[in-house]
Amino acid sequence: MFDPLVSHEVDTRIKISRGVSRRTMLTVITVASGGLLLGVSLPYWAGTAAASGEDNFAPNAFIRIARDGQVTLVMNQVEMGQGTYTSMPMLVAEELEVDLAQIKLEHAPPDDKLYRNPRLGFQVTGGSTSVRAFWKPLRTAGAAARTMLISAAAATWNVETASCQAAEGEVIHAPSGRKLSYGSLVDQAAKLPVPDDVVLKDPRDFTLIGSSAKRTDATAKVNGTAEFGIDTKVPGMKIATVAACPIIGGKLRSVDESKAATVKGVIKVVRLDDAVAVIADHMGAAKKGLEALVIAWDQGPNAAFSTADMVQQLKDASTRQAIVAINQGDAGKAMSTSPRRIDAVYQMPLLAHAAMEPMNCTVHVRKDGCDVWVGTQVITRAQATAAAVTGFPLEKVRVHNHLLGGGFGRRLDVDGITQAVQIAKQVDYPVKVIWTREEDIRHDVYRPYYYDTLSAGLDDKGYPIAFSHRVTGSSILARWLPPAFKNGLDRDAVEAGAGAYSFDNVLVDYVRQEPPAGLTTGWWRGVGVTHNAFMVEGFVDELATAAGQDPVSYRRALLNKSPRAKAVLDLVAEKAGWDKPVPAGIGRGVAVVFGFGSYIAQVAEVSVAKEGRVRVKRVVCAVDCGQMINPDTIKAQMEGGIIFGLTAALYGAITLKNGRVEQGNFDTYQVLRIDEAPTIEVYMIASNEEPGGIGEPGTATIAPAVVNAIFALTGKRLRQLPIDTTELKSA
Amino acid sequence: MAHTLKINGGSYVIDADSDTPLLWVLRDLLGMTGTKFGCGMALCGACTVHQDGQPIRSCITTIDSIGDAEITTIEAIGSIPAGAQVQKAWLDVEVVQCGYCQSGQIVSATALLTTNPKPNDNDIDEAMSGNICRCGTYVRIREAIKRASVALATNAKG
Repeated sequence: MFDPLVSHEVDTRIKISRGVSRRTMLTVITVASGGLLLGVSLPYWAGTAAASGEDNFAPNAFIRIARDGQVTLVMNQVEMGQGTYTSMPMLVAEELEVDLAQIKLEHAPPDDKLYRNPRLGFQVTGGSTSVRAFWKPLRTAGAAARTMLISAAAATWNVETASCQAAEGEVIHAPSGRKLSYGSLVDQAAKLPVPDDVVLKDPRDFTLIGSSAKRTDATAKVNGTAEFGIDTKVPGMKIATVAACPIIGGKLRSVDESKAATVKGVIKVVRLDDAVAVIADHMGAAKKGLEALVIAWDQGPNAAFSTADMVQQLKDASTRQAIVAINQGDAGKAMSTSPRRIDAVYQMPLLAHAAMEPMNCTVHVRKDGCDVWVGTQVITRAQATAAAVTGFPLEKVRVHNHLLGGGFGRRLDVDGITQAVQIAKQVDYPVKVIWTREEDIRHDVYRPYYYDTLSAGLDDKGYPIAFSHRVTGSSILARWLPPAFKNGLDRDAVEAGAGAYSFDNVLVDYVRQEPPAGLTTGWWRGVGVTHNAFMVEGFVDELATAAGQDPVSYRRALLNKSPRAKAVLDLVAEKAGWDKPVPAGIGRGVAVVFGFGSYIAQVAEVSVAKEGRVRVKRVVCAVDCGQMINPDTIKAQMEGGIIFGLTAALYGAITLKNGRVEQGNFDTYQVLRIDEAPTIEVYMIASNEEPGGIGEPGTATIAPAVVNAIFALTGKRLRQLPIDTTELKSA
Repeated sequence: MAHTLKINGGSYVIDADSDTPLLWVLRDLLGMTGTKFGCGMALCGACTVHQDGQPIRSCITTIDSIGDAEITTIEAIGSIPAGAQVQKAWLDVEVVQCGYCQSGQIVSATALLTTNPKPNDNDIDEAMSGNICRCGTYVRIREAIKRASVALATNAKG
């Protein structure tokens, strides 16, 4: 996903580090059941494109402490594997002085005012923003609660607050040895004013933040009790599966359901404009019923559309007038006067997400309201679409969020929820709509196809005096967050378009070219950064080759203004043994990326078989993501991000023929398996800088490292993903 | 017609077509949702359960093919010595991320260690390559299986 703050961070880092407009406000909310309930108010970044002119301070997250001492954190950031259900409560536990295990988590209900992500302007989990958005607010909330509990205890004992301290869920008066549990103090604490200024712990005193605390969701995920959206069980619930028109933009013409009606367990066939669903007692019967339907589709205008058509449109568009994203110095002039010029075209395909949990949504439309059970990254949008389809006001639509069996950006869209409500609206019982894997892959919201042209003018030593990068592709922001699509520029598409480098003369620009209506493009694991990292780091490797220089030393020379990027590059080179010769038959490649507030460098070691098959044997990764919350989570995200990026580099492609997506399941949309997984070493740089995101940058860095390694081994420069093994066949 | 299935030590009478995949009986008719749907074609391993100790893909195993065999799912995998060690190792190594595929991974790993208590890397690759993980936890799955293997050997000696 995109990073709404990246340019802001780069441009105004000094301002932010001085703490301007970073104040967090707290409020106590009285609850009938008693106990202390703290609402956290967050400053709303005024530069956020979604800024709607509402008040800038609204409650955002809730910490609740009950009379029995139970601490509950209402989680507005969802858990999809990235570890938020551990890192978020860690922030609270550290300041509140309770064990992580003492905090119970609840999925937040939909409410943009209460639970918005201040980085994105509404209630959303994405863009590797969770820790960055809540790093200060949640600690402040924990510290405020701690301060109030200490004040309550001090008042009870009639002693100075300074003589009391909090530890392990109790307030202790050290001089007398008296102790009071938090639970016994909550009623009194709730009557106190919320402190204006709370003192956060000195990072040197952190005992939990920076430690590899165990995941809070692990036990349920190893014994089968974890509840994902697809595991929803509601009394009277039936199961439906669906077939949407396989041709882009096509509609349903007619259905003969006579054979499906005879399938045991089939209850009803439901028709939508562009799809048909079968409701049954169980998924086995629903699938069998669906297969028994005779469906006629109205193919619409795209019945002959293919990938080649799409690429031609992008190629043609790339010569149109572009919108400028970065323009420093005079790239055109510098290019024309440089002694040497290098040009290249780089391309990346449409990609599906293929999260392990296929798209699903359970809906019960009643006369007086509607319930939705789903795992979503955008719960208020889920509520809004259900309200729109049913005609109910928002408050009549309850959405129950769940753990997500993989998100990767797919669950930032609500198309599946809209469809499920359309189906459920036609019956009076709860229906769980489950997409088959084929439906999930053929009706995904795809990562855009990008067609990029890059040029560099080199000086007589081979260093770039001019750098230009034109990105051509569809705009996700224009569809998904229209206010952020300004003056024709999709900021995500061009993010990190000049890499981690600071060239003197640089031009990055953008041409928007959309595929036909019905083929929707959307977020993926690090769309902008992941795409531009491949283009830029592949191209910079070409420049190093042209200059006759080592890829690491060449990059080092271009990173003088980015010491943190240089540091991860140095670290990865050292750990990978870059200065030592590679074993025979192995190629080694490097890439360095700045994205989502984090610096990553990776070295990949690859072999290429005679028939062209690429094996990635070893990946070394160095990361500086600022202050670490949970180092083991960071390591896990690097490992997982690398595997996810490798799948895309080696296999990932959605292709179109006759208006249809050609792939359908894991046989045709291959993903990396354990026997292909490299060894992965992750090294982290300790830092007190602001925390950076970690969900996406690991994915961004691996593809260029691999193609650069292939070049080092074979001399063949790959400028398109996925890697074409036929190009790598030995003669 | 009615089929009697032995699952996790219990006996269940199921009224569904003979060609109904076991996966949907477990999930939709019996409410045992620990076993997951991923592909429906035995390509991803998310639905793996044991049939008399052998790992099978329940998404393509029709209920008329099971007969008297004992089915064990993630809900009962901890009752098998290897299963309990695998679950413990999974926690020690912090394997899980989104967790959706992990039931299948754990059930497959348990079958591997039951038949081959000391697998090498190749054995692990071979036994586990049918189980996809999109979060990319493979590096840790390897480590956890090795750890469970050591724990099993230690327990056997003790």
